[in-house]
Amino acid sequence: MVTEKLMLIFPPNIVKKPVVYRIVKDFDLEFNILRAEITSDLEGKMLLEIKGSKERINECKSYLVKEGVELEEAAKGIILDKDKCVNCGICISLCLGKAFYLKDNYEVNFDQNKCILCGLCLNCCPVKAIKSKI
Amino acid sequence: MTKTIDEINEKIKSGKVVVLTAEEIISYVEENGIKKTASDIDVVTTATFSPMCSSGAFINFGHSDPPIKMSKVWLNDVPAYAGIAAVDAYIGATELSETEGMNYGGAYVIEDLIAGKNIKLRATAYGTDCYPRKEINTYINKDTINQAYLFNPRNVYQNYSVATNSSPKTIYTYMGKLLPHFGNATYSSAGQLSPMLNDPYYRTIGIGTKIFLGGTVGFVAWQGTQHNPETERLPNGVPVGGAGTLALIGDLKQMSTKFIKAATFTGYGITMFVGVGIPIPVIDSEMVEYLKVKDEDIYATVYDYSVQRRNKPSYGRVSYKELRSGKITIHKREVPTGSISSYLKAREIAHILKDQIKNGTFTLTQPVANLPTEGTVKALDIVSEEEL
Repeated sequence: MVTEKLMLIFPPNIVKKPVVYRIVKDFDLEFNILRAEITSDLEGKMLLEIKGSKERINECKSYLVKEGVELEEAAKGIILDKDKCVNCGICISLCLGKAFYLKDNYEVNFDQNKCILCGLCLNCCPVKAIKSKI
Repeated sequence: MTKTIDEINEKIKSGKVVVLTAEEIISYVEENGIKKTASDIDVVTTATFSPMCSSGAFINFGHSDPPIKMSKVWLNDVPAYAGIAAVDAYIGATELSETEGMNYGGAYVIEDLIAGKNIKLRATAYGTDCYPRKEINTYINKDTINQAYLFNPRNVYQNYSVATNSSPKTIYTYMGKLLPHFGNATYSSAGQLSPMLNDPYYRTIGIGTKIFLGGTVGFVAWQGTQHNPETERLPNGVPVGGAGTLALIGDLKQMSTKFIKAATFTGYGITMFVGVGIPIPVIDSEMVEYLKVKDEDIYATVYDYSVQRRNKPSYGRVSYKELRSGKITIHKREVPTGSISSYLKAREIAHILKDQIKNGTFTLTQPVANLPTEGTVKALDIVSEEEL
């Protein structure tokens, strides 16, 4: 069993298709919707955490791509540039997933696995050390 | 047991000085008691690395040929104040670029100068018989200019507020991004490492005190603006809000971008992280009483920054121990906390200063005058001339 975080992007033409339903029905995967939104370009965006066998997850990804869903590796959505970071810690108070945290030596660290891509941190860093790839 | 600055400096010169950081002294006092600590330890190093908006630099550009009496000056499109003589200017940290807005400004010019980068200088003038030139466009860097020194009117605040937001919308402040409905709270002081919290009554820090500023030697020039020593204090001398402040001066050309860092708070503007370290001589047992201060003894007041007034409603006091735990309680709600100053960097500075004192490259100074221990901050009222 593995857990993966995936950002699904639905182009306007397939927004109405019940694609996510098939994740359970056909691939027997457990999922948790961390975030879902319709962007101003009328695209659908959904952040999913899926759990299941590696094989089934890969089959599911192929199905999603075939249906026209774009997939992004959400695990690397937010990046903390350690060279720029001054280790203040303002981001920690804004992080819903508790992905930003202070190590015992007061160094700011970022745990990709805990990030739910809420984006609240994006405009908080005074030295622009937090970047988004999504 | 009392010690003079001269005696401590003799120990520094002979390599016998014993130095601890303001963090290390806490456990030393717990294990050895006040008297023994006062006898064993000679110096305690304190530090902070925090955004300090009231900062800036004086620059003398040198004279062009034909010369110009600059009346308006821009450095990389950031206006600098030039109403001082002919080729002197003051660039303030919070000044915004006229072309890039909040993405670039005075603090970035200062950081770029320290980094040795070339800066575009533009100036205009009305022209005089002795200064005929009316405009100049050229480039400078820290090697082409005469003097460049940081002169920060208000740094090293002795404690500060904790900021939160009760309103239904996100607000953007100099204390950072504050989420709605008490979504988070931010604070700024270095707490137990903070210089002025370790010498709450300014017994050793005074005008003329030699300090670590931005990676090089600096000095306390004066009490800072808004110096407010009469702020309410706890029995241990710690003020419960912003109290004393320092005006600092130091050679920009010798500074390092490791300890001076430009910053932008979205929606608020530009500020500058300033790294400051201040050595505190352990002159007597009373000094140890102050130096043993720890985060759980230091309290700050939580204010609601969504209230756009001079006096904001308060939600009581919290300790730095609570603030550093990552959450505080406001109205029975758990509120995540974040610091806008870097404790890691403050600790690094305290250790650098400790090493410099131990290896004899940094000696201590006696203040040439004391900081005021009385006085409050006045407000600006809107009045007619007759009412004044």
